[in-house]
Amino acid sequence: MEMLINIAAFMFVAATPLTLAAIGETVVERAGVLNLGVEGMMIMGAIVGFMVAVNSGSPVLGLVMAAAGGMGLSLIFAFVTQVALANQVASGLALTLFGLGLSALLGQGYQGVKPPAFPQGDIPLLADIPVLGPILFQQDPVVYLAIALTVAVFVFLRFSRAGLVLRAVGENHDAAHALGYKVVRIRIAAIAFGGACAGLGGAYISLIRVPQWTEGMTAGIGWIALALVVFGAWRPLLVGLGACIFGGIEAVQLNLQAAGVAIPVSLLAMSPYLITILVLVIMSAVRTGAPASLGRPFHASS
Amino acid sequence: MKIAKLLATAAMVLGMATAAIAQDKTKVGFVYVGPVGDGGWTYEHDKARQAVVAKFGDKVETVFVESVPEGPDAERVMTQMALEGADLIFTTSFGYMDPTINVAAKFPKVKFEHATGYKRADNVSTYSARFYEGRAVQGHIAGKMTKSNIIGYIGSYPIPEVIQGINSAYIHAKKVNPNVQFKIVWAFTWFDPAKEADAAKVLIEQGADVILQHTDSTAPQAAAKAAGNVITFGQASDMSEYAPLPRVSSIIDNWAPYYIARVQAVMDGSWTSTDTWDGIGPGMVGIGEISDAVPADVKAEALAMADALAKGTYHPFTGPLNKQDGSVWLKAGEKADDGTLLGLNFYVEGIEGEIPK
Repeated sequence: MEMLINIAAFMFVAATPLTLAAIGETVVERAGVLNLGVEGMMIMGAIVGFMVAVNSGSPVLGLVMAAAGGMGLSLIFAFVTQVALANQVASGLALTLFGLGLSALLGQGYQGVKPPAFPQGDIPLLADIPVLGPILFQQDPVVYLAIALTVAVFVFLRFSRAGLVLRAVGENHDAAHALGYKVVRIRIAAIAFGGACAGLGGAYISLIRVPQWTEGMTAGIGWIALALVVFGAWRPLLVGLGACIFGGIEAVQLNLQAAGVAIPVSLLAMSPYLITILVLVIMSAVRTGAPASLGRPFHASS
Repeated sequence: MKIAKLLATAAMVLGMATAAIAQDKTKVGFVYVGPVGDGGWTYEHDKARQAVVAKFGDKVETVFVESVPEGPDAERVMTQMALEGADLIFTTSFGYMDPTINVAAKFPKVKFEHATGYKRADNVSTYSARFYEGRAVQGHIAGKMTKSNIIGYIGSYPIPEVIQGINSAYIHAKKVNPNVQFKIVWAFTWFDPAKEADAAKVLIEQGADVILQHTDSTAPQAAAKAAGNVITFGQASDMSEYAPLPRVSSIIDNWAPYYIARVQAVMDGSWTSTDTWDGIGPGMVGIGEISDAVPADVKAEALAMADALAKGTYHPFTGPLNKQDGSVWLKAGEKADDGTLLGLNFYVEGIEGEIPK
């Protein structure tokens, strides 16, 4: 029983950076932009957040600046793809390489430094509930933030007028443009939001989950986040659920191993990728949920 | 992730291509599995590369590509290095074994040095360090210092080198503490700080108060430090930034003398395919300073053991030792031969759990 609680609690920790990055990317892709630079924006968030937290002593300020760092990097992408109309796939990949390199440079001298501890976010009263308390209400504040953000993005896309406009831009940018919506501006805003979310996700790893700075420490989490968006069929709640599944698999396999239960580790380790492929196959057979204008450049005069 | 690495390595190789070079220099390539700033395995290989540069100065030119995935992509990186005119290429991870052999067959004039593998050719040498000697010292300290009697071990891949380490640590922990129990978690990665830290946290949650790691980053050290009351050992590098606690000692890989000797051999034209496996004695394995968190008597015993290992008067795998299934591996006084160790694929008696296939 105690192990089940541990696994469930752990699942949220492993899912949080994935959720943050994937929710941000969901908004970006729903606006019709494919930004493959998630990994680069995450690692920028990880180092910027770490540097600010260490130098200021405030982990919260670190998180805020991490979001700013991720956003800053994403704005380069926004300029290149929305203003200069460069290819989004190539620009996104370049952004990842740039982010990895720049973060390694910035991170010189931060190896082995311990960041200030993040305050634990136990929710009074609720944290004392048996079983549910330790799982849901004894997490760090960023876990709650990730959950809240998922719901907020869901509500925004589903029920708000602005969300409808954003989706319209992603489905058919020419029609949206004809209706008088500022396609490029809306997309830049979406890209910036995605960058901020990815930055937060990266800082979660360097400030809370590990906590330390190591070059290349996101080690592919950004790519899983990208896959998750497809996995969740561009729907925020499904994306959040997918992150929990991915996080849960890691939590289960590490805990079972430590408990000495014989499990096929290599199989479990690759299962998230297998599931993603499976979902892709099923989705392409049924109907694609991808925004119709995803990845297509928009030029107002055409 | 694969695409990113592929492009990253491709971009770096292109970068190397643009750096034109004079041909009279000896050109040495290094293929790394992680980033040079991992603080562990790759960091030490790169330190040795820098030692080569410091030693030979203008006579040598080095290039390296970091974070190269083990597998076919590595082959491309090596091929590119060879095409760029490298005279000698160090491939520094176990998973580069087959790629190294394949590329070496295509470039008979280029010399290759593969770390921790067992396949050789006329132009492929192998080299490794007897890390298990250091693991024996760690096991001794761990067995003496654990209060919960649970020692957590983060393995990377179930390959002989890692299994040697687990067995050696267990044998020596058990010797000084019969109640000791090992909990082993396989990460199936050499470098993934988040996952390494998660593994450490899970082990600590399940009662481990000593964490041994055979992965490359310092993340488990950070996780142990955050948890408190847990001791760790530096892996591959000293990781002294985590001393005196949680890091109480370390295994340091010192590749520099070997790299310098091999580069010299290429320059002299005396290079031949060899198989090198050195331990504490020749200095390829170093025991990092044992911190004051370790009681003085334990420290003295550990140092005495390291000394005996260095002199060759003591072998970590000395019988009587049984395999996990209870069958006899080594009879009393018998020492494990290198062939068995290099192919080691079983736990010794007392370790619970199975080695993943």
